Amino acid sequence: MPVVLEHLGKRFGDGAPVLDDVNANIKQGEFVALLGASGCGKSTLLNIIAGLEAPTSGALEVPSDGAAFMFQDAALFPWLTARENIELALKLRGVGKSERRAKAQELLELVHLGAAGDKRPHELSGGMRQRVSLARSLAQDRQLLLMDEPFAALDAITRDLLHDELERIWKETGRTIVFVTHNVREAVRLGQRVLLLSSRPGRVVQEWAVTEEHRTDAGLAGQLTGVITARLREEIRRHAK
Amino acid sequence: MPSNQTPVAETEPVVEPVETRPAAHVHAALTRTSTGNEDLRELESGLDSLQSDADRKHRIEWSRILLPIAALAVLILVWQFYVSLGVKRRDLVPGPLDVMTQMGVLWNEGKLQEAVWTSLQRGLVGFLISVAIATPVGLLLAQVAPLRRAFGPLISGLQVLPSVAWVPAAIIWFGLTDATVYFVVFMGAIPSIINGLISGVDQIPPQYRRVGTVLGASRLQMALQVILPAALPGYLGGLKQGWAFSWRSLMAAEIIAVGGTIGFGLGSLLDQGRILSDMTVVMSAILLILAVGILIELLVFGPVEKRLLRRRGLLAGSTR
Repeated sequence: MPVVLEHLGKRFGDGAPVLDDVNANIKQGEFVALLGASGCGKSTLLNIIAGLEAPTSGALEVPSDGAAFMFQDAALFPWLTARENIELALKLRGVGKSERRAKAQELLELVHLGAAGDKRPHELSGGMRQRVSLARSLAQDRQLLLMDEPFAALDAITRDLLHDELERIWKETGRTIVFVTHNVREAVRLGQRVLLLSSRPGRVVQEWAVTEEHRTDAGLAGQLTGVITARLREEIRRHAK
Repeated sequence: MPSNQTPVAETEPVVEPVETRPAAHVHAALTRTSTGNEDLRELESGLDSLQSDADRKHRIEWSRILLPIAALAVLILVWQFYVSLGVKRRDLVPGPLDVMTQMGVLWNEGKLQEAVWTSLQRGLVGFLISVAIATPVGLLLAQVAPLRRAFGPLISGLQVLPSVAWVPAAIIWFGLTDATVYFVVFMGAIPSIINGLISGVDQIPPQYRRVGTVLGASRLQMALQVILPAALPGYLGGLKQGWAFSWRSLMAAEIIAVGGTIGFGLGSLLDQGRILSDMTVVMSAILLILAVGILIELLVFGPVEKRLLRRRGLLAGSTR
């Protein structure tokens, strides 16, 4: 069990808790979509799992080597080419120089950017940048990959393609993925399990399993999307004054 | 919400397509939209080429070379015109030709070469040593908050203090030696470079540090692989200003401190012209000091800065 969250809570200073009694178990190789409206502490939860922040209560179990992280904006270093960005991740991991080059090319090929390695981030489109960013997070070679709304800023056409891409890469690499999103369709499209977080404080209120049939049957997927959306709106309505 | 009969698709095909590939089953956003790795690769490469700009070729921009030359020619003509009006005595305001002749004389005496070489060498050596001192100090101040709180105001103050103010002190401490000149150069350049580097570090998007942390960078790796390159545009600005301060301080020091074992630089030439009341020598020295400044900018800082900005995609729309 790579990730276990037990009664996890987080508050900043004396403010209201952001997360309260969050419980979740994420299996090895599982793809979990973490869904919630704004203010549900999705990003805070991800930061806690990544070890960037500490919880104020509860316990968590994460892989000892930490987690790879992919941000909403690609966050590539503009002074490096696409390849050098990936090589930097390998270098900081302690991979030797000759091996770095081969490994970076391999990862570029994996995200279908084998020919764009020498381009700089500003010469790439938003989707290409996110793919380089994905390759960089894979270069970290962690079993656990945390993704914080990585496709939120992309156009619809690119996003649809990247969903396919991410699913393919997940299957090829066998990573455990925790994918944060506020897009119900995205959660249903990608996750094997969709966890719905309530807002203020964030807590896992319900979860749904997504089967292989949902991947090919749009009607089935649409139905599930409808059910989850209704539950999400119920959560949001609770905050109406 | 949609029922089973109507597939939900953001990019639903309007016309039922001919069955060449299973495009009819594409329900973007909810289900798989591509039909395997090859299909995905093809789609992505199509989208990539649609979304990226075509490479632009770099040509020699003649206006970049011709316009400054034209501006210089106009200025010289205005100067010559003013002189030929005869408003002032010729020995007070010499014409371009008089100054050129004087430069020729200085060249033949070997004085011009000696002055330019001495000053340039000192300026560059002083500047390079300043860079070597200021860079680690700047990084340390930018990264360690208590140090910065303690020394930041002092460094800013030193940057504002005209380094000429150090000349009397330096002469008393070091006498009329090269040490005096270098000391003044350091006091001019080092604070500027430190401040440039610090402000460069301050402007780094916080995201870069987070990425560095997530990628597992140690403190030193963070400083060298992330902070320093990210701060490079600001650092380069600091270097430019540092060079300007070195060069100015050097000239001030050379004008004030003459004799001893201090060699013969452009400042010394300028001072000699003043003592001899020879305006052509004074003008020659001023123009040479100016020319060195322009050449360093054109040959060193200009290209470096342009390359840096272009590589980061910061040049679009600028007038550089």
